Amino acid sequence: MHVKIKVKVNGMEHVHEVEPRLLLSHFLRDTLRLTGTHIGCDTSGCGACTVHVNGKAVKSCTLLAVQADGCEVLTIEGLSTNGTLHPLQEGFHQEHGLQCGYCTPGMIMTAADLLKNSPKPTEEEIRHALEGNICRCTGYHNIVKSIQYAAERM
Amino acid sequence: MIPSSFSYQKVNSVAEAIKALSSGEAKILAGGHSLIPTMKLRLNSPSKLVDIGALAELRGIKESGAEIIIGAATTHQEIATNKIIQSKLPLFAQGGNSIGDVQVRNKGTIGGSLAHADPAADWAAIVLASDATIEVQGGKGTRKIKATGFFNGMFSTALQDDEIITAVHVPLAVGSKGSYAKFPQPASRFAIVGCAVMKMADGKVNIAFTGISNCAFRDQAAEKAISGKKIDASTIESASKAAVEGVNILSDHYASEKYRKHLAKVYLKRALLAVS
Amino acid sequence: MSATTSYIGKSVKRVEDKRFITGKGKYTDDIILAGMVHGAFVRSPHANAKIKKIDISKAKAMPGVIAIFTGADVAAINGVPCGWQVNFKNGDTMKEPKHPLLVADRTKHVGDPVAFIIAESREEAKDAIEMVSVDYEKLSCVTNPAEAVKPGAPLVHDDVPNNICFDWELGNPKSEVEEALSKASHVTTLDFVNQRLVPNAMEPRSYIGSYDETSDKYTLYTSTQNPHLIRLLMCAFVLGIPEHKVRVVGPDVGGGFGSKIYHYTEEALVTWCSKEIGRPIKWTSERAESFLLDAHGRDHVTKAEMGFDKDGKILALRVKTFANLGAYLSTFSTCVPTYLHGTLLQGLYTTPKINVDVTGVFTHTNAVDAYRGAGRPEATYILERLLDLSALEMNVDPTELRFKNFIPPFDGVKQPGYQTQVALQYDSGNYHGVLEKGLEILDYKNFRKQQKESAKNGKLLGVGFSTYIEACGIAPSAVVGSLGARAGLYEVGQVRVQPTGKVSVFTGSHSHGQGHETTFAQVVADKLGIPMEDVDIIHGDSDTVAFGMGTYGSRSLAVGGSAIVKSIEKIVEKGKKIAAHKLEASEQDIEFVDGKFTIKGTSKSLNFAEIALTAYVPHVYPADLEPGLDFSSFYDPKNFTYPFGCHIAVVEIDRETGKVDLKRFIAVDDVGNVINPMIVEGQIHGGVAQGMGQALLEGVEYDEDGQISNGSYMDYCMPRADDFPMFETASQVTPCPHNPLGVKGAGEAGCIGSTPAVVNAVIDALWSSGKKVKDIRMPLTPERVWKAMN
Repeated sequence: MHVKIKVKVNGMEHVHEVEPRLLLSHFLRDTLRLTGTHIGCDTSGCGACTVHVNGKAVKSCTLLAVQADGCEVLTIEGLSTNGTLHPLQEGFHQEHGLQCGYCTPGMIMTAADLLKNSPKPTEEEIRHALEGNICRCTGYHNIVKSIQYAAERM
Repeated sequence: MIPSSFSYQKVNSVAEAIKALSSGEAKILAGGHSLIPTMKLRLNSPSKLVDIGALAELRGIKESGAEIIIGAATTHQEIATNKIIQSKLPLFAQGGNSIGDVQVRNKGTIGGSLAHADPAADWAAIVLASDATIEVQGGKGTRKIKATGFFNGMFSTALQDDEIITAVHVPLAVGSKGSYAKFPQPASRFAIVGCAVMKMADGKVNIAFTGISNCAFRDQAAEKAISGKKIDASTIESASKAAVEGVNILSDHYASEKYRKHLAKVYLKRALLAVS
Repeated sequence: MSATTSYIGKSVKRVEDKRFITGKGKYTDDIILAGMVHGAFVRSPHANAKIKKIDISKAKAMPGVIAIFTGADVAAINGVPCGWQVNFKNGDTMKEPKHPLLVADRTKHVGDPVAFIIAESREEAKDAIEMVSVDYEKLSCVTNPAEAVKPGAPLVHDDVPNNICFDWELGNPKSEVEEALSKASHVTTLDFVNQRLVPNAMEPRSYIGSYDETSDKYTLYTSTQNPHLIRLLMCAFVLGIPEHKVRVVGPDVGGGFGSKIYHYTEEALVTWCSKEIGRPIKWTSERAESFLLDAHGRDHVTKAEMGFDKDGKILALRVKTFANLGAYLSTFSTCVPTYLHGTLLQGLYTTPKINVDVTGVFTHTNAVDAYRGAGRPEATYILERLLDLSALEMNVDPTELRFKNFIPPFDGVKQPGYQTQVALQYDSGNYHGVLEKGLEILDYKNFRKQQKESAKNGKLLGVGFSTYIEACGIAPSAVVGSLGARAGLYEVGQVRVQPTGKVSVFTGSHSHGQGHETTFAQVVADKLGIPMEDVDIIHGDSDTVAFGMGTYGSRSLAVGGSAIVKSIEKIVEKGKKIAAHKLEASEQDIEFVDGKFTIKGTSKSLNFAEIALTAYVPHVYPADLEPGLDFSSFYDPKNFTYPFGCHIAVVEIDRETGKVDLKRFIAVDDVGNVINPMIVEGQIHGGVAQGMGQALLEGVEYDEDGQISNGSYMDYCMPRADDFPMFETASQVTPCPHNPLGVKGAGEAGCIGSTPAVVNAVIDALWSSGKKVKDIRMPLTPERVWKAMN
């Protein structure tokens, strides 16, 4: 019934026996106790659970943990390096891109995917890239500015 | 939201997948972006998932003779950002880019979307308009199904229970020009109306709609109204007039039948304008 | 106090950010307690149904299932209470049916809980749901409040005739308003629905109940806006357990917007059950459950009439509203359509005669309560829609009509507060100022030219105005008590100076996005003349913080901040006594400036840390003074505060599809003194987005069976990044005259002002093209706008 998986998360290899129905989001939060990845909906709509799998932003609530077998996963906890914040983390702080903080990890991970593929996005491109992430607090204004802040420094 | 229990098999070949499918209530898991949401809501509770995610043979885009072959497990994002697609089949780049959001596009696959046959899926209109062929493999071997014969109804296709989609073949028509115009539902980002048109060098115009009826379809009346003619304000108007007449049109809380019909005509105009 | 301010008024970056941007925030669902098990609910699929039989035997035998509770098991427990009593016009008490923790006999809305399953794992709890068999007899239902009061409508509660919870009236006598309207040279009438919204805080509600038998003590972790209030309501009104035996913790909370003010049945249930089974229990709402059960907002069916004389002066306003309360009364549900709505109908105008009549109605729907703005958006919508529409109907400029009717400026000190026709006395205001500033940013004259020109190019441009006022920091307790509030509305602030001069501040104002850990620290640091790093703001734990009324109604800084300032004043006063003794001076000669206690006119001084140390090491110390430097204060405001502002929306409509594109949004807000402009702007942005969401995107749709037909993010249109332009914000400052910080509150302003501005802009665009449409039902979906154009 359980399936053995090997997943590298934030650079560290983890081997676990999991139920096939275990979602990657639950695997990260409950099994690995990486609770920075949040769950905000049931329908793949809100983007709070966004992580990178093999370098690409995905919704971890719509992925089975078994599908991540053999993959490299990056979560918000793994974004800063040696205690230095990622420019996006710095940007969200400097430009007040967060309020309650719940959507923030997903927003940052989605923005990181954007900046990787499009280092100098226009405002319109940024807004389009965030279509899979819902924030109820900020009205997105400062999130856009936060991403612009990071783009200028990356 | 948690799916019901199921057993899981990761397969190493298409043949193995087909064999696994024949054993009872199994479903193919590709990107999972149509399947997993329905399983979480327990609208769908297969007893077994057959994961084809590891099959490299189902992935990728290549040019072969007069066609482009897109592996069934190629993601929307891979299609949208592929250089060959962007230069030779921009309609597919446009279509891929209009699906869901980037996270969905990074995981969802063209084969999964076609097999699921959501009445509002974008790919359906695009494969129809581009005269694509869907290659499938099953217990009885391989066959090719014309896109025009693939969609049977809501969530229903010509696929047999033991068949899986392996590739999409898109003819490269010299001198053709395509466009996809979409009015998305702002919550789901699925198409309220999606209209794909492909204008061929010989003046033939293919017109396909998604989102407005039980399944995507080619609109022959609209095609007839404009094919072989110069695309201008007056022919666009007559194609628009002819479009989606006599079609059984969907209605929901966001868009009524009347409004959808109106939008179909508007979006046909916009798509035609883009290829004129 | 300090002569200079290092922090107040500056856009200090938030101190709470670090944990959130690194994924280290700690929300309730992130917590795992030893031995913790999981709960899941069997919920009614019907809006109105008799429960004929429940069979839990199969579910109980499922793997991992520990216990299943049904309505019968909790029948002896009280229901969750309503916190505000509104009486009928004839003096009768409102109808207040029991809101049980689990339903035993008849379900009253879709999602009503029928059984609570507790299992070892979340998966096992979910699996067992499908094995509970409930035999329902489905009955007919009613979801629209104006329909529910009609004779013969299905009853929600058999003992509540016509589904009427209360009827209520405020303002001038009806006859006077009728007379004034009859003399008017123009009357604008608007029949409309202020639609039901789902608050949609991004963190779903989550609770963990835990019981320790050695101390006979319960702990409840809850995603709430006010842990102390939850403790009070749950202990005193529902479970009947002593408060000192209950600890309520509100850890990081992922947004509230009102929906996490209320005491929910699930909170009481996990707490009670944790003792029954002897294990901690977690329940986390799924988003589908949030749509069904988080208290909704708005849902008014209203008719409003405004009369003008021939010069455009408002003569009278008459409002009749049917307010949907849902099937049960949520904590503050009854005061929202009454005291937070009717009292705001003066707006910014000198309207001499106002009458508002509200019927509170039960329907077979989820409870409705305060949602960002709470009553004030509904009032503002009435007024501001009427103003712009009247201008169109009378063919006058909507801004001139406003200038003509504005209450003249008053500061509340030299000029008295403004007494309205609907019970309130405004504190201070300069309403002309915000509109003038807004018009300047818009470049109004130019806009009207542009509008005409773009019409020639086939584009449909429109502008909408909204000059709003709201009431925050609801108070004072004695007054709200006389109006039916069943709790005080003060706040508690404790300032504990540590021996080294570092400061721990304990506030009852829970922070869940508002940035209290920053703004409160800015105030404390400046008032004590110490660095912000020396100040820690602690909130959210009833065992740590003495008491609190919580965070809602834009009250945190005005009420919670004022309580902290009161404690600081006590600290400075005591510090002066200590300094005087040590410096061998008289207490009157000591002044406290920039963190130093100094003998006036000399350079002899002691700094704050030295005084703190002396207070805790009292060797050289006044004989009659207690050691220590730690004060707690309760601050009960003298009045509400009244922020106001001017919001302007510019929209462009796609003529072919009816899709509305928000091109510009200008917000000029006067929230009194500002502690942190960055945070205030952020609050305005978020509020505007929610208000725009109501105008164009959001709205709960109940079908005839009482089912929500758009109860997920696949159907309910949440505003997204690509729905907005960059907002253009500006501010004006008219200090509040009656609180020590001069602040008014900024949390809800954006949500109150924006909705009518956006709708007005669409209506303006349509009139500019010759379509004289009075109203389009919100949300203004493309189809509705298209229909209005065709």
